[in-house]
Order: sequence, then structure tokens, then C-alpha cells
Amino acid sequence: MLSRVAERTYWAGRYLERAENTARLVNTYGSLLLDLPAQAGVRWSQVLQIVAAEEAFAARYSGSAEKDVLEFLLADADNPGSIVSSLSSARENFRTSREVIPREGWERINELYLMGQRDLPRAVGQRRRFETLADCVSRCQQITGLLSGTMSHGDAYRFLRMGNYLERADMTSRVVDVAAATLARDDPTLARYENTLWMTVLRSLSAYQMYRQYVRRRIAADEVVGFLLADAQFPRSVAHALDALRRSVEAIARGEASLGVLDELQSQISIKRGSHMTGAELHNYIDQLQQGFGKVHTAISAEWFLRS
Amino acid sequence: MPTWSGYDAQSFYDELIAPDGSPRPRAANLAQYLAALSPRQLKTRQDAANRAILEMGITFTVYNEGQNIDRAWPFDVIPRLIPADEWREIDLGLRQRLTALNMFIDDVYGEQRILSDGTVPREMIESSPDFRSECMGARPRHGVWAHVCGSDLVRDRDATVYVLEDNLRVPSGVSYMLENRGVTKRVFPELFQDQAIAPVDDYPSDLFDTLAALSPRPGDDPQVVVLTPGIYNSAYFEHAYLAQRMGAELVEGDDLVVGDDDRVYMRAVGGLTRVDTVYRRVNDTFLDPETFREDSILGVPGLMRAWRRGNVALANAPGAGVADDKLVYTYVPDMIRYYLGQDPIIQNVPSWRCSDSTSLDHVLENLAKLVVKPANESGGYGMLVGPHASAKEVAKFADLIRANPRNYIAQPTLALSTVPTVCAGVIEPRHVDLRPFILQAGDTAVTAGGLTRVALRRGSLVVNSSQGGGSKDTWVVYGGSS
Repeated sequence: MLSRVAERTYWAGRYLERAENTARLVNTYGSLLLDLPAQAGVRWSQVLQIVAAEEAFAARYSGSAEKDVLEFLLADADNPGSIVSSLSSARENFRTSREVIPREGWERINELYLMGQRDLPRAVGQRRRFETLADCVSRCQQITGLLSGTMSHGDAYRFLRMGNYLERADMTSRVVDVAAATLARDDPTLARYENTLWMTVLRSLSAYQMYRQYVRRRIAADEVVGFLLADAQFPRSVAHALDALRRSVEAIARGEASLGVLDELQSQISIKRGSHMTGAELHNYIDQLQQGFGKVHTAISAEWFLRS
Repeated sequence: MPTWSGYDAQSFYDELIAPDGSPRPRAANLAQYLAALSPRQLKTRQDAANRAILEMGITFTVYNEGQNIDRAWPFDVIPRLIPADEWREIDLGLRQRLTALNMFIDDVYGEQRILSDGTVPREMIESSPDFRSECMGARPRHGVWAHVCGSDLVRDRDATVYVLEDNLRVPSGVSYMLENRGVTKRVFPELFQDQAIAPVDDYPSDLFDTLAALSPRPGDDPQVVVLTPGIYNSAYFEHAYLAQRMGAELVEGDDLVVGDDDRVYMRAVGGLTRVDTVYRRVNDTFLDPETFREDSILGVPGLMRAWRRGNVALANAPGAGVADDKLVYTYVPDMIRYYLGQDPIIQNVPSWRCSDSTSLDHVLENLAKLVVKPANESGGYGMLVGPHASAKEVAKFADLIRANPRNYIAQPTLALSTVPTVCAGVIEPRHVDLRPFILQAGDTAVTAGGLTRVALRRGSLVVNSSQGGGSKDTWVVYGGSS
């Protein structure tokens, strides 16, 4: 397949996953904020922190009113990380690699894009938010499933999935990072809500139920972090995403450099299994993982996308 | 029984309804069905079609619209009908025409018999901006240069069908023909059960076979690619669509590279891969910066070299556009007689060549009644429709023609036929043309019908989608249960 098409399907995968993850994240935080008292100090700005958009937000809005944060995250076409922008970029990449995407897949992504244009601006207020975001998540899942069931699992599909998995590993690590940082503040009011907070973290990654099956005890920070970063079986854990990414990379011609970077990252993950880290240690550790994801992306681009 | 008594196509030829309000041959089913629909039901159908187009992502691109480059395709639900026996004649006429045109192009870049014996003036060809001296002596397979042709047909008041022009460079629109059928099947499934409508779905296979037949490495699995100028081109949708339907790679200029062995390769994930046929949707002058425009970033350096050496096929071949110059058009009936010894089956629109001084005088005297076209523009740009133009525009055009007579031809203003069309919820007549697509390599294939374009504004004759035109599904209907 063409390098250019490989690049576009990869980005299509990343943006689709980003839209889905952002929708999950906003919905879960919305629910958390309803549970916590104001003095617990958990605010919408935390979501901005997770998606690393505090500066971009501050440049466009003053203060941090809920309405503005939600507008920015959901419907702001000038924020490249908003759900409307992610959907629009996903659609554009699907549109320009249409020749390798099954037609039904293109039609679903196009519908999702149209739905986003229509419904997301109206989901900024509370009343329709949950429903719209849940719809967005389920449509993303539908597309992932449809492509898995109708598209040949060849190179084009592999690049798409590589985009999905790398984006997913990145988002999961960010969610864990911000939650850990919040709790590291050592605030007694917050301590009472620790359990609620970790449940929210798990829910934002659709991980709550699977976690309960895996750890049959009261929710504990170390175990949640270990589960989300290093569990081999949960499909949204960093370890699982990297493993799946690796399998796609291995199946494509060439790829030695990407595999080298992945080796390093995966050995870092295995360190995490079962070990305790302080808040600062964990933050450093995740910082290194994030740099690793950046290196994986650079290696993939250099190996397959560069054309001159 | 519901009737068409309120429908008035005035003195124009209507494709569906005869002047007495009765349906044309094979149109009874459709006419009855439409007349029985309430305005509300009609609106439901049109809304369903618009929704399908939006959801299926059928778009075309408009230049200079900032971010909003991608527009939903304007479509009218009421199909245009052509009885199969009438179509058979047109089909034959189109084959005849493209065969002669290809023989002409091959002659122009080869022996130049037709120029040497004066049947077509040598000076006219050599002064044409679409004549490519770089192509002299090239020998494309099967002697065919224009592999994909879209000829525009119109019907005048007296029911005569004319060829208005032949598009031999990079004709577009065929994907919309295919998509229109898909939409109509969704909206009017019941009409397809009651009568035999010729399917149009074969086109992508026929196109692939045509392109594969050009491969310099016959026998193998030919590697066919579609070369697009990119996503900002107005026909990008079509390029992607055809690549998808053919299972071919969709490439841009920088995806291809010509090696030291003068062969063409594409930059693929697994390394360089040899390319056999390039279905190029890029104009001649942008194809190869080594040969044509140095500033072209859409093309592939060395592509002409590879083509001349026979290492890659280009469809359409560079230089094929020499035969769709409007002035050359006026000689097509002569070409058919010259190369095939036959009379043309489909007529040319009678045309005056402004390069000829007697004709020039006639044109200038009657400018307000005529349609004047520049010799090599497409998309309806730069033309004058005398009866619809102001005195000032007419005067301006007279100056343009005097300054460069070689660049213009003039034709009588045809009374284009009409088809019932949904306009703001009401069925009204609107003018149409028809663009069938003809494929030629070793074999020739013609689409059943083609793309019907409709001028959506009342009284307008301009059908181009870039200028506010829409389109309709086109049905070639067989006898049996009409």
C-alpha cells in the first residue's frame, strides 16, 4: 500500500480514538462532579489538564466556567483537540483514503461527523450532554467493529489499528497521571472521596467492571494504577494497547526501529507490575512513558510515512 | 386518474411528457407514479434523497470557498428516461465517433495524412494550445489515445440529438452517474420492479479492463493507479470513488517516481512498486515538470520519458486533447467520413468557425442570437449565450472575437429539451443535457445512458455543477411492460 495512504489511515485511527476517549472522559467527569462537594477541589479544569490543553484553553477563554470548558472540549472547531475537530480530522483522513476503507465504514464515519456537527454544540449544556456523548462513544465503537468485521486485516487495517492503540495508550496514561496528581495533594476533604475518584477514573476508561472482576477487594490506588497501566488482558490498559500495537507493527514489512522503541517501552511497563510508587515517582514514570509514545510515533513515521 | 395537465414545457421538447400531456414511449409507469404523488409525498422523496446524499458523503468541491470545500451533490429525484431502441442508435453513434477521433489523434501524431491532404487545415492543428509536439511519433497500444471520453449530448426542439462537445482530456462525472442510480434505487424501489431499466454498475469493471488492456506488461496482474491532483480538486470525490471501485491505488504526484530505468514506481509501505497504467486525472501540462510546466507540483518528473519508451501507459494519452478543441470539433463529421467511410450517426451542432472570414462576419452580425464558445475551455467558462446577454456583454465579446478569431466558434442557441424537475416542491420543466461515457482500448464500451445534468434555475441553459446545475438519474428503459 501507498505510504501516504498508510499515514492517513493511521491518523484516521488516532482521531477516531481521540474523539471516543474525550467523549468518555467528559461524561465521566461530569458524573464525578455531581458526586463531589465543591470543596473537594475537583474541577472541569482537570480535564483540560488530562488532555494537555490548559494553555490552549487559557489563550481562548478567560476564567474556567463550565460552559466554556465544555464548549472548548466538545464543540470548538478552533481547538484541534475538541471532539468536533477530532471527528472532522478523522473524517478527512477517511475521506482521503476512501479507496481502502469499506464503503459502509466511510458512510458511518460521515454520519458520525454530521451528528457531531449537529449535536455537539447543543451538548455543551447539561441537559443533552450525557446522551450525546454516549451516542458518540457507541458510534465510534460501531465503526471500530464494522471495520474489524468488513475490512481485510491487511496493512491498511493495521495502520488504522496502530493509530487506535497508540492514542489509547496515551490517553489511559494521562487519565492515570492526573488522578494520581490530584490525590497526591494530600487534602483531607479529598481523602474521603478517594474511592469515588478512583471509580470515576476506572469508569472513564470503561474499566470499572473488569477491574472488579480482577481485584475482589475494596478499590485501592496502587491496584487501580497497576491495572490500568500493566494489566495484560484489559483492552484499554497501556500494556494491552502496546502489545496489540506491537502485533500490528510485526505484521508489516520493515519496522525494526519501531519494534526497538516498543521493546524499551514494554520493559518499562513490566517494571510497574506489582510495585508501589509515590505520587512523584508515578508522575515521573508516566512522563517517561509519554516520551516513549512520542518515540514510537516518530519511528513509525520515519519507517513508513516519509516519502522523499 | 391523476394527470399532467398542469405541466407546461412550452415549446421545448420534454423528455417525459408529450405536448398533449400524455407520457412519451416507455414513460407511462413513471409519469403515472409521479402524478399520483401528493406534494408532501414528493417532498418526502426529495428529502430522503438529500439525506442519502449527505450520509453517503456524495460531494463535489467548489473552488475558493475557504474551509467549506466539500459540498453535497445537487440531485433531482425525477429520473430522465430514454427508450432502449432510441439509445441503441446513440450508442452506435458514440462508438463511431470515438473510433474516428482516436484515428484522427493517432494520425496527427503519426503520418498526418489528414493534414497533408488538406481535409483538416494543418495550421489549425499546429496552432492549437492542446497540440503537443512532444507526442509526435509516440505509439500508444491499440493506436488509441482517448481511452475515456465523455461526450455531451443535447436534444433540440425538433427532437434531434446533437453532440455538443467531446471531452477527451479528463472528463468527469461518471461517479455521479453511478451514485445517482444508487440514490434512486433507495428512493423509488417500486419503480425498478415494474420495468426493465438497464443497469449502470458495470462501469468500474469496464474502466479497469480498459486500463488493464493498456499495460506494457500484459499477462501479469497489471498495477493500475489513479493519479489525482489531490483533495482540493473539484473531482476528488470521483477519483477516490473510481479507485475504490476498481481496487486501484489512488496516488498523488509525489507518490510516484520514475527510476533510472525509465520505469514508473510508487512509494509503498514495502518499498518501490512498479506501476503499469496511470489513469491520470491531471491535465497534460501538469503531468511532468521535466517536459511541461516546470512549476507543476502535481506531476511526476520523467513520466513522459517513461511513457514515450512504452514503459507505462497513460490514460488518456497526453496530447489527446487536440481533438476536443471546439474548432477541431467542427471537423468531426469530416473525420468520420475520412477514416471510416461512414456518415455520422449523431449530428454535430451546426457551427460557424470564426477563423473563416465569411463566417466571422455572419457571427458578428448575429451575435445576440448565437452561443459563442472559446475553442478550448471547459466547464462552461468564458462563453457567451447571446439571447441571455446584455448589449454590453455582446459588444465586449465582439471585441474578443475580433482580437482572436481562431479562439472562437459560434452556434445557434439550441432549445435544450426539458425534464420534469422538483422545484420548491412543485414539478416544473427544466433544461437538461446528457453526458454518456465511452471507454476504448482494444474494445469499446458505452454507458447505458450517462449523467443527466439539469439547469436548476428556471429558463437557464447552464447545467455545469460548478455553475449551479444539478443532476438526475438516467434510465434506459426496455420495452415489455410500459
